[in-house]
Amino acid sequence: MVDARQAELWACLHGVMDPELDESVVDLNFVTKADVDASSRVHIEFRLPTYWCAANFSFLMADDMRRAAMALDWVTGVSVVLGEHMYADKINAGLALGLSFQETFGVEADGDLEDLRRTFLVKAFQRRQVALLNHLTATGHSPETLTALTLAELHSLPVDDEGDRLRRRYLERRDVVSAATDEMPAFVDAAGSPLRADGFAAYVSGLRRVGVNAEFNSALCRGLLSVRFDLETPFVPKARASA
Amino acid sequence: MYRTATGEEIFVIDGHTHFWDGSPANQKNIHGKQFIECFYAYHSNLSPPSEKWEKEKFEKYDAKTMFEDLFVSGYDDMAILQPTYLTDFYKNGFNTTERNAAIKKSHPDRFILNGAFDPRDGNKGLEDLHALAEKHKLQGVKLYTAEWRGESKGYKLSDKDSYKYLEAAQKLGIKNVHVHKGPTIIPLNRDAFDVADIDDVATSFQDLNFIVEHCGLPRLDDFCWIATQETNVYAGIAVALPFIHSRPGYFAHVMSELLFWLGPDKILYGSDYGIWTPKWLIDKFMAFEIPEDLTKETGSVLTLENKTKILGLNAARLYGIDVEAQKKKIRAGGGYAHLSEPVPA
Repeated sequence: MVDARQAELWACLHGVMDPELDESVVDLNFVTKADVDASSRVHIEFRLPTYWCAANFSFLMADDMRRAAMALDWVTGVSVVLGEHMYADKINAGLALGLSFQETFGVEADGDLEDLRRTFLVKAFQRRQVALLNHLTATGHSPETLTALTLAELHSLPVDDEGDRLRRRYLERRDVVSAATDEMPAFVDAAGSPLRADGFAAYVSGLRRVGVNAEFNSALCRGLLSVRFDLETPFVPKARASA
Repeated sequence: MYRTATGEEIFVIDGHTHFWDGSPANQKNIHGKQFIECFYAYHSNLSPPSEKWEKEKFEKYDAKTMFEDLFVSGYDDMAILQPTYLTDFYKNGFNTTERNAAIKKSHPDRFILNGAFDPRDGNKGLEDLHALAEKHKLQGVKLYTAEWRGESKGYKLSDKDSYKYLEAAQKLGIKNVHVHKGPTIIPLNRDAFDVADIDDVATSFQDLNFIVEHCGLPRLDDFCWIATQETNVYAGIAVALPFIHSRPGYFAHVMSELLFWLGPDKILYGSDYGIWTPKWLIDKFMAFEIPEDLTKETGSVLTLENKTKILGLNAARLYGIDVEAQKKKIRAGGGYAHLSEPVPA
């Protein structure tokens, strides 16, 4: 049963995103341990590409992992531990006590994390939207058709496998900007206003840079993590290799 | 000096170089160790294998090595020295104006020496800036808005104290304000990545140029938006440029966005030496073209003319360098002796 639970735990952590990169913390290789003990407590350990990675993002990811694990009905407790980071001690102490970012950092923190979380959810929404729109446009859907779709119609639009994947990703974030019930427009901007066919091209090219930015950051973060923890040779731990 | 196959000479000003000491002997604490290690990870991750340095050389290189790398084996004609103090991490600072001044003194025609200030240093800081500007005839400064200082975890250019410093800098003849808006040093959450303050001061200080180093990465998207609206905002492409080797596709995307939003007159080359070296960066940059599908989408093309602007002419304009006169000076000093004779026209 522990094995099944551990698999369940990994699957739920897979749904936790690096807010900035909008990619799974598991796919990014951040999570190094996700164990379940005999009393159904889970122990998660993670690491980041640099010693300096922003404390707020680090905390946000840890907090999201804690929430995700707690949502599993059999979990009795969660510990999340960040390794090799400038604020590891402080963040780990705050996490252990279940404190907020603000409570953890006190006067050093400036504003709570919800604004930041929201900023990056909107960026993720935009990035996923532009990826889907580009795909649908390239497969023959006109701006007129796309802007007229309701969410229910987008759900049932026949698409290829890639289109389906992009649609699922987009729909996961659609409710970030406005209500996402069936009769609502499928495509809205960050303020929740429906997209229009005129100005569609300009809107899409405006969003393009959000995607480019995220791709670039992701490439940088993956590269730095790989150098820092020697992911090129994952089966030879550094300590042993140099011994 | 870079010479094309047809003999055309391209004058290169490296907008971003350092003469640092990150050696263990200079490290004050674990942060000093981690800081240089993080730089080394950037270096190791993005350099071609043949260009990778040993850690020891990376931690501290001498002036001769730097000169060789930039001007002899590299194509730089001139280089701007951008200081990074980090006195909380390093006993003598990491890369101070004073340390940089020594190398500038040995090669006055080759280096442009920039200073730094921190608006949280009060009146004493203003006096220091005054002295620094007069002593070195500063034309530019490098600022780190995300740097921690005591209780403060960063500042904004739009803060009242920043205004005081910018006004003072302007009076002292400083024209170019390089702002590090890129991968940050010890950021917490005080909008360390935010580029909105650039928008504010660029409007208020029309006579100053704001060069956003690392083109706002990891906030390229927000940066492009701001830079489009302000005539005096520029992009420095240090850190973006080395991706030309490992991720040419992403580099093409970044360049095409910058060309689309800012145009070729507002982009500045920088190697970020000693993280990367000019030779391989420029060899690859000169050979680089934006793929056709991107050009179709953005209209951006890296023509020879655009490359010439990015590699030197834009920085020459900002720093008042007369390129022809400067070439003569460098040639007279034997600076081009290593080059073969120019190809006859």
